[in-house]
Amino acid sequence: MKRVYLDHIAATPLHPEALQAMLPFLRERFGNPQSLHSDGQGALEAVEEARQRVADLIHAAESEIYFTSSGSESNNFAIKGLALANRSRGSHLVLSAVEHLSVLNSAKSLEKFGFTSTLVPVDQTGMVHPEAVEKAIAKDTTLVSVMMANSEVGTIEPVAEIAKICKSRNVLFHTDAVAAAGNIPVDVRALAVDALSLAGDQFYGPKGSAALYLKKGVRILPFIEGGIQEGGRRGGTENVAGIVGLGKAAEIAKAKMADRSQKARVLRDLLIDRLPEKVDRAVLTGDREMRLPHHASFCVEFIEGEAMLLNLDMKGIAASSGSACTSKALKASHVLLAMGLDHALAQGSLVFSFVDDNTAEDIGYLLDVFPPIIDRLRKMSPLYTKYLEEKGK
Amino acid sequence: MIYSEKVMDHFQNPRNVGVIPDADGVGEVGNPVCGDMMTFYIKVKDDHLSDIKFQTFGCGAAIAVSSIVSEMAMGKSLREAMDITNEKVAEMLGGLPKNKMHCSNLGADALHKAIEDYKAKSKPGLKEAAAAAAAKGPEAHEEEAACCCPYCDGPVEGMEEVCSCHHCEIELEECPECGKYTNKADDTCVNCGAQIHKS
Repeated sequence: MKRVYLDHIAATPLHPEALQAMLPFLRERFGNPQSLHSDGQGALEAVEEARQRVADLIHAAESEIYFTSSGSESNNFAIKGLALANRSRGSHLVLSAVEHLSVLNSAKSLEKFGFTSTLVPVDQTGMVHPEAVEKAIAKDTTLVSVMMANSEVGTIEPVAEIAKICKSRNVLFHTDAVAAAGNIPVDVRALAVDALSLAGDQFYGPKGSAALYLKKGVRILPFIEGGIQEGGRRGGTENVAGIVGLGKAAEIAKAKMADRSQKARVLRDLLIDRLPEKVDRAVLTGDREMRLPHHASFCVEFIEGEAMLLNLDMKGIAASSGSACTSKALKASHVLLAMGLDHALAQGSLVFSFVDDNTAEDIGYLLDVFPPIIDRLRKMSPLYTKYLEEKGK
Repeated sequence: MIYSEKVMDHFQNPRNVGVIPDADGVGEVGNPVCGDMMTFYIKVKDDHLSDIKFQTFGCGAAIAVSSIVSEMAMGKSLREAMDITNEKVAEMLGGLPKNKMHCSNLGADALHKAIEDYKAKSKPGLKEAAAAAAAKGPEAHEEEAACCCPYCDGPVEGMEEVCSCHHCEIELEECPECGKYTNKADDTCVNCGAQIHKS
């Protein structure tokens, strides 16, 4: 059966050139970058070349890039490391309510050590308002973290303005750019952020390979204590192949970004325009304009996300949902709830996110198979029956 | 695949979906916060279930559970139908993922509620007993509910207020609303969304 992969936010396919670049480091070039012999030094060169490529992607200096194992690790590193290193100045953090759980839970875990945090609310499109961030900054605030783009609803946050506020208030600013970096332009100099997280599996690099940008001179506590890798800030033998793959993917992302996003934007707009025409009571989630180019998310009323995902999968389509039933913890997405959606509507969450090889035919196929799935599930739904009864009255 | 073949079969081809407008009894369980809602409609003839229909809002497991319950109970006497338990339903489906056992496996409860509703309607004297039984439903659900960590499904260590999941290293407590274990650090129950700690 035809497979249509529309789940960029979960994972992107590995770019063939990134794979090719990685293979030697899984085979003959296995040396440890910390070794003095030529096997080791060869690997070190490859790591440093990758560091330069990742730096170029976000307009950073090579020395400001720290490799990690995942976006979640980068976020943990930034939140915990920056908060603890700046403890003498204060112990209050400001975060948006729609941050990734790796940011929210890092802040929560810091509460055990006497830190407090304020969650800044969002509007119904998931947008954080800079004034609200400014209002939340207190005398003892040392760190603000607001994501660059939200992977569940696609909204791009006004991080440049927030960074400016933080600078004027002498507070550090971290942004989780995992969903954004490699997909939309990111310039750490222009944005004036102090720290930024990114992950390779969001732009056709390998899983298990990510990075934290840390502005020169910003103090951070080491995340993994051990050897001298990553300037002593993140110990552990380097994941050389993964780092090389990340570097190659960053290089390609930079070169192809305009093309990729132009192509994705066409598919996105097609789906956002056509799906609500085909399915009654399906609403777009997130902002219509300030939106990731490869991202279209909806809430479909009266039915539940997992049932939709299983049905779509049977038709060969891969997508995501923030419904409670699809999460292992059976908890509805905190992002959708923070946007003010009620539980029933949040249950109908569905996210389509495009990868490089998706075509307009793929969207056409989705638009053909989706409405009958909705009809079938709604016929089963007591909520839809109630809705029809009330409508009939 | 997270579900057994049997679950997928009932999910794809659910039996007895629909509404009985002149039902003899109706039973509703669940709420959208939990994720799943089920409504069962029954027709009763000579103390036997002559027709059953259901509607379900929820995941694949919830739909499959409703479908197989309707099949298991069809034509059975009311007493036999009352003997159908959520455990038997899960067994008939070839098992369910652990984290779905309590949230989605509510089919037997919904059916029993429909039967109680029928009894209450047909014998006015039993109304109170039926109401009491209906009220007891969630309680029975609570007892079996408190078993595992909501995140990893692993066993919970410790007793009552000071329990924790060793694997996830989180402190857990029982939600006063639904009785299931939830993260002590959270403001709301991960299972039912109830507000636990006043913020």
